Amino acid sequence: MLTYDFEKPIVELEKKITELQKYADEVQIDASEELQSLQNKREIVCKQIYDDLTPYQRVQVARHPNRPYTLDYINMICDDFVELHGDRRFSDDQALIGGLATIDGRQIMIVGHQKGRDTKDNIKRNFGMANPEGYRKAMRLFEMADKFNLPILALIDTPGAYPGIGAEERGQAEAIAVNLREMMGIGTPVVCVVIGEGGSGGALGIGIGNRVLIMENSYYTVISPEGCAAILFRDAARAADAANAMRITAKYLLEFGIVEDIIPEPIGGAHRDHELAAKLFKEKIVKHFEELSEMTPDELRESRYQKFRKVGVFNETQEPE
Amino acid sequence: MSLLSRLRKKKSAIPDGLWIKCQNCGEIIYSKTLNEANKLCPKCGYHYIFSARERIALLCDENSFVEQDKNMTPGDPLKFVDSVAYPERQARHSKKSGESEAVVTGTAKMNNIPIAIGVMDFSYIGGTMGSVVGEKITRLIETAIDKKLPVLISSASGGVRMQEAIIGLMQMAKTSAALYKLKQAKLPFISLLTNPTTGGTTASFASLGDVIIAEPKSLICFAGPRVIKQTIRQDLPEGFQTAEFLLEHGIIDMVVPRPEMKETITKILCYFLHLPIEKQNEENSSKIES
Ligand SMILES: [Zn+2]
Repeated sequence: MLTYDFEKPIVELEKKITELQKYADEVQIDASEELQSLQNKREIVCKQIYDDLTPYQRVQVARHPNRPYTLDYINMICDDFVELHGDRRFSDDQALIGGLATIDGRQIMIVGHQKGRDTKDNIKRNFGMANPEGYRKAMRLFEMADKFNLPILALIDTPGAYPGIGAEERGQAEAIAVNLREMMGIGTPVVCVVIGEGGSGGALGIGIGNRVLIMENSYYTVISPEGCAAILFRDAARAADAANAMRITAKYLLEFGIVEDIIPEPIGGAHRDHELAAKLFKEKIVKHFEELSEMTPDELRESRYQKFRKVGVFNETQEPE
Repeated sequence: MSLLSRLRKKKSAIPDGLWIKCQNCGEIIYSKTLNEANKLCPKCGYHYIFSARERIALLCDENSFVEQDKNMTPGDPLKFVDSVAYPERQARHSKKSGESEAVVTGTAKMNNIPIAIGVMDFSYIGGTMGSVVGEKITRLIETAIDKKLPVLISSASGGVRMQEAIIGLMQMAKTSAALYKLKQAKLPFISLLTNPTTGGTTASFASLGDVIIAEPKSLICFAGPRVIKQTIRQDLPEGFQTAEFLLEHGIIDMVVPRPEMKETITKILCYFLHLPIEKQNEENSSKIES
């Protein structure tokens, strides 16, 4: 498994544990006490490191190739899933998927960005970067959910909407813009979760929820830290500075009122324990759907509108009209 | 968003000095001639960037524009510092542009038709959208709903302002949400795209017009040409992301030169508002003659 420089102490302890285990097996001694103490130590070190991650280190965790993706969560938390395909206009975007799903007996619509696990898979999934067709398929499914009174779960995990020739020719900007407007009209509960990368307009394009949640080691940003560094700091290598400056991590997003809740991850990140990550994820989304279930369609629309209407920081000097 | 630095160097603002060389055809133009000709190159018709006030003067009936929210100024929610601190950048651009932010909004008359109008100004931090742009445009749309007016927004923007990060990004949602309410109220929205309109501005209100009009040769895109080139590692087709290219691909309704803009928009509004067209045109022509 890919590990990062900042995880060195964890990696070293894991190596020690493996070596001791191997040695104990070879010479047939009972090292369980020492092993347990090393495991405890590993846990403490892991927690310490992950509690103090810098924003850019969290970006790296959010991009970890073993991090659970949309289909992983669907497989782990849904009793049933019927994938639905296509935008009815051009194609079926494999980078943004969706369908009907059941979670604990609750029937819902799930839509989410989908990354690939290996190179071949990533080519199919376009590294989780959707084309206009993806956003149009998502809107088709949102409208279907509205029509048949199904709550919506939208999972955000994209570096951004795809910047390509065809994407521009087929109206990438329009596809996203229409979603931003039309998601306001949905009369069922919408819960959005940033499960990895929340890359700009490509994330927001399925991100108009009554509740927007974020996983502990995810980020949500107007531009990638590398992109911001290249433009504002004139040096792409200063991505860590850009990540700091843009306040892209869960803690700040909660503080700014952009997200309503943070979903905790297993110690050392969701990629280290998919099952536990899925369990923590499910607990939170069920709670939020539960809270929203009492609201009428008009209340849902209006509270969603107000959530976004109030965002903004500016000064205003009063003058008599 | 990422276009900004490139545009700063390349943007078609008119350089200082009496004589300038046209960026498009190379003709030497007397700057006063250019200003008198709506900032169009007298030889090739190239459209130079217009300020918000110049465009308001072009589109609105004389003395009809009543500005709203003019005392709204940006905050600094992230205490953002890049090569300069964000408040310092605001001060510089305010001085340079003469505007307190990147959009000017208000109500006006266009050939006697009352409208709500917002015009972005590229010279203030590249026309980027932060909280003030988002709030002023949202309030403009709310004014239109309240007074039952059609909305016209002229865009010129490098996208979302990075110095406001996620709060800037959310202005895309806020302005689009307001347009959801405008749509419910069945009021017209004309979106005018000018050089350049990019990034999150294009991916929100600017692409949501009932009718979308662009000025000739304007760069209009979601992702900038440089970002696309880096991603696909291929040369881009000739004329890619120009107004004409977008027209050909069905993204916009029409490309209209600046001198015809007011009449074209007026005519479309006449259809939406069920007003007689000839009368408007007569008034227009008498105005042009006088
Ligand atoms: Zn020229």
